[in-house]
Amino acid sequence: MSSELSVLFRRRRTWALLLALAAIPILVAVAVRLSSSRSAPGEGPSFLDRITQNGLFVGIAALVVSVPLFLPMTVGVVAGDTIAGEASLGTLRYLLLRPAGRVRLLVVKYLAAGAFCLAAALTVVLAGAIVGASLFPVGPVTLLSGDTISVGESVLRSLLVAGYAGISLLGLSAIGLFISTLTEVPVGAMAATIVLSVVSQILDSLTQLGWLHPWLFSHYWLGFADLLRQPIAWGPFVSNMLLQAGYIAVFGALAYARFVTKDVLS
Amino acid sequence: MSSDAPSAEPAIETRGLTKRFGHQAAVDHIDLAVPRGAVFGFLGPNGSGKTTTIRVMLGLAAATAGRVQVLGREMPRHLADVLPRVGALVEGPAFYPFLSGAANLHRLDSADRHASSTTRGARVEEALERVGLTHAAGKKVHAYSLGMKQRLGIANALLSPRELLVLDEPTNGLDPQGTREVRNLVRSLAAGGTTVFVSSHLLAEVEQMCTHAAVMSAGRLVAQGTLDELRQVGLAHVRVRTPDVAVARRVLVRMGLEPDEPVRDERAADEQAPDERPAADQRDVLVSAPMPDGAPEPEAIVEALVAGGVRVRGFGVEHPSLEERFVALTGEGFDVAR
Repeated sequence: MSSELSVLFRRRRTWALLLALAAIPILVAVAVRLSSSRSAPGEGPSFLDRITQNGLFVGIAALVVSVPLFLPMTVGVVAGDTIAGEASLGTLRYLLLRPAGRVRLLVVKYLAAGAFCLAAALTVVLAGAIVGASLFPVGPVTLLSGDTISVGESVLRSLLVAGYAGISLLGLSAIGLFISTLTEVPVGAMAATIVLSVVSQILDSLTQLGWLHPWLFSHYWLGFADLLRQPIAWGPFVSNMLLQAGYIAVFGALAYARFVTKDVLS
Repeated sequence: MSSDAPSAEPAIETRGLTKRFGHQAAVDHIDLAVPRGAVFGFLGPNGSGKTTTIRVMLGLAAATAGRVQVLGREMPRHLADVLPRVGALVEGPAFYPFLSGAANLHRLDSADRHASSTTRGARVEEALERVGLTHAAGKKVHAYSLGMKQRLGIANALLSPRELLVLDEPTNGLDPQGTREVRNLVRSLAAGGTTVFVSSHLLAEVEQMCTHAAVMSAGRLVAQGTLDELRQVGLAHVRVRTPDVAVARRVLVRMGLEPDEPVRDERAADEQAPDERPAADQRDVLVSAPMPDGAPEPEAIVEALVAGGVRVRGFGVEHPSLEERFVALTGEGFDVAR
């Protein structure tokens, strides 16, 4: 496991992905900083403009921006690469000849992808907090419910939100893992995973398919707003956990069924 | 096979091993037996099913039919017991290009639950030294040459003491010096009691380092045994060089031999300028005939030929070379099987 993590995080590509994610809050903060003075007086601040009042909000705003596409993209790259990447390098056969054990390899690969999900969400939130703190005033935070919390607690809330966003991506990771066992072309698995994340969000936006929405893995992706109320509304948090666990179970089982019997010919 | 004498069991044994891809049988009912302690050459042209056999043997792919035993245990059921005792290089080396050579070996070794992490550093260093890569240990693998990757692949197979080494085309991409080193390495490992299973399409390589060999052709096993046995499977031939073809053939037939179609000795003819060539009935022709068991002694044949008035200008009994056997078994030419 530690070896898997070190291979993942010693890779330049992983760092490039995380840097790209860190660039999002920076872009958001800089753009807002340069343009916010132009907002007409009398109008309430727009969503993004709220960050001018408190730098700690940058991380959350950046997360809102990156959840629909950027985060799933990076997760798709990592999850799609899990098995297919090893297969295309040929290292898969040497891992299996050790023997690493097929089930063990699958579990370790999935855990590493999960670790990346959390790292990715944390990167966005932390980079946002740092950039925000350096560009905008920092002070007690007004929540969506109107209550005010201290700076310390707001940091805690930010971490909670990052955790929520990371957990939201676990279902997608499981799908990526399964697709990755189907092919020896990592790029194909990556693309398929990313496309599925987009499809899921499109389905989620079609009101005619309302019955389907609670079953889509992307349904609760933006649900972290409820963690920014006082008291915290845990409802979506729990539903999200259950939904992601369901996806992990189903696609984990599919990946297992596929990988255990697969002929490794690469 | 008695269970109280495990060392007498073959290191590898397959029975009716078959692997089909769709309708095509890549490996077709092969019965291999690799004795313990042997250096076993697995010969065959490209595409004859060697690597597929190795994949199935090591549990990377499932057999369509048949059984495999490695080190006395059924595969793939006892894969977890067997594979830690087997070092392998299968279908070329494969590494993470963004890691250094040493880091790659660390990574692959840590995938083995039984490999001790306390000795890992020392074992990696020793393996690298054995293949002469110590100076390049810290270099990223994408900067390695093909031969260096091949050496790293062999180092990977040598990370732990093994009872069986499976080396698929180990000298691919190596310079002559590297080839020599691999040969010496294989010999020293075999001297230490390790069974070595080497696949190759290079006959010379097998002839130089192996004690046993098997020959694959188009998915079938066409011969196996010790090198001497393989050489002797082909019949020795008696060869007579003479201008008196018809008489010589008659004499040979009378002695119970079956002469092959005559071959003109073009080499002899070409050495002479056209106008100096002897007339057609003066040219030397090679008359040859297989010598089955119970054939007359060579000296008796010469005597009979001379007595029959044949001008014997050359005579010999030749065993076929391993190369002739190989070509006879697998067919001539560059055509890849199927």
